[in-house]
Amino acid sequence: MRTDLAVIGAGPAGIAAALAAARRGIRVALADAAPGPGGQYFRQPAPGLGAEGAVPRNARRTWTRLRDALAASTVDVRPEHHVWCVERESGRLTVHALLGPEQRASVELRADAVLLATGGYETVLPFPGWTLPGVVTAGGAQAMLKGGLVTPGHTVVVAGTGPLLLPVATGLAAAGVRVAALVESTDPARLPRHARALAGKLPEAAGYAARLLRHRVPVLTRHTVVRAHGEERLTGVTVAALDARGRVRPGTERLLPCDALAVGHGMLPHTDLAETLGCRLDGHAVAVDAEQRTDVPGVWAAGEATGVGGAALALAEGHIAGRSIAARLRGTAPDTDTWAPAARARARGRTAAAALHALHSPPAHWGEDVPDDTVICRCEEVTAGAVREALTLGAGDTRTVKLLTRAGMGWCQGRVCAPGVAAVTGCPPAPARRPFARPVPLGVLAAQHDRTTPHDDHPRPEEGSP
Amino acid sequence: MRTPEDGGTGRAFEVTFDGRPVEALPGRTVAAVLWAAGVTSWRTTRDGGRPRGVFCGIGVCFDCLVTVNGRPNQRACLVPARPGDVIRTQEGTGHED
Repeated sequence: MRTDLAVIGAGPAGIAAALAAARRGIRVALADAAPGPGGQYFRQPAPGLGAEGAVPRNARRTWTRLRDALAASTVDVRPEHHVWCVERESGRLTVHALLGPEQRASVELRADAVLLATGGYETVLPFPGWTLPGVVTAGGAQAMLKGGLVTPGHTVVVAGTGPLLLPVATGLAAAGVRVAALVESTDPARLPRHARALAGKLPEAAGYAARLLRHRVPVLTRHTVVRAHGEERLTGVTVAALDARGRVRPGTERLLPCDALAVGHGMLPHTDLAETLGCRLDGHAVAVDAEQRTDVPGVWAAGEATGVGGAALALAEGHIAGRSIAARLRGTAPDTDTWAPAARARARGRTAAAALHALHSPPAHWGEDVPDDTVICRCEEVTAGAVREALTLGAGDTRTVKLLTRAGMGWCQGRVCAPGVAAVTGCPPAPARRPFARPVPLGVLAAQHDRTTPHDDHPRPEEGSP
Repeated sequence: MRTPEDGGTGRAFEVTFDGRPVEALPGRTVAAVLWAAGVTSWRTTRDGGRPRGVFCGIGVCFDCLVTVNGRPNQRACLVPARPGDVIRTQEGTGHED
């Protein structure tokens, strides 16, 4: 199938870009792995569940507007497309996607431009007991609540650091779960120095504060979860206070009984597709210019993939990307004045994101305090002790640690353990350079090979010679 | 929050988990069906034989792998439950070895 623009990811950035481009006469295909558009932020319950879902009220208005605009547009929405690779050959882009929940067959979308709106995923730093059933990521608890209207337990502790913890705690409380505590490692005394950058976020934060109060959720700031307890499943967590330098204050530990822990330490951008295409990264994020263009011709990026900053920022970036693509595909330079409001929203969003990032850094020395018998790589069951042993064997970077221990070689390809390995080793996380963004059946790869082997036109020498 | 148990539009159906019947609602993933039934683990790890269930909930971590209708290594958080699904705890790789 051919199109002008293939947008990968139907979250806020992808939808905004698809709409902006389609309104300007561009043929757009909008591919996403989920059964419907919305991404993680606007994730909707399946229609058969007959419920309005757990999307916050202010977000619901935005979602209704986007959903209706998408339905009225010419955008070709392609759900259940699990994009595993984007190839660029002689200026043409080919998007490869596995179809449906089965993910056994692959299709190709050919496009003149691609927008990577691949979103992000959550970081969780390792601690004793974090592999127990009942311990889930904060975003995972939210995704299961939004999409399936289910909760991980009856009594939940929400812990870690970052702005995501607030909607997770209030969402779970509104769903009837007892939230035993919201445990945030950041010291609120650090807030004033970021007050100006975060001024736009204050009404939202105040709303969450009111809801936490209404649901009587105890908030423990400058605290952290030091251990999750249980044998076959979670039975409680030990929380402790942190000192000014981010160390656990001895004697402050206490046990909170719970059957679920929703934990998160921030977000990382999904950059696999960008890396395969050869796009330059800026730290963990895809580097883009003022038009949201990557340094690879024909490839744009927007939303969390270019730096985690939330839905409002993603909408602004997506809008700008869509308008830039519409102009560039016609061979003209865009009139950037016409998107000035979106550019201002983007600037505000980035300033706030930088402040939130600075405010919500996980406790210092995390890696040093992880006990040797704690699993770091969940897939390959590699412990902190094994990772430290690799260091004593001479490993000087996370790649060598991976080769010596298998940490990062499992199903998730190191997405989950990379921050933990980096924390324990003190080495910066190396670029992962994954060839594919998700597991691909061997049959699909073999079919790709058949397609590119020139067996029809030219007999191979050994076949052609007598 | 209004929950689907209060009266959703879709009709409930049955699946089995390790041989016992479990009620499922249309549109829910295998993981959501199991959570609703109070089940939080459906895999044991290859080395330690430790129990695992949902962790990331969005298809990234592969901790929630499960065997559905004889096919192992399905991400329970992504795969929608369908009437009559035979869901089994996945031990190790899910293949007999």
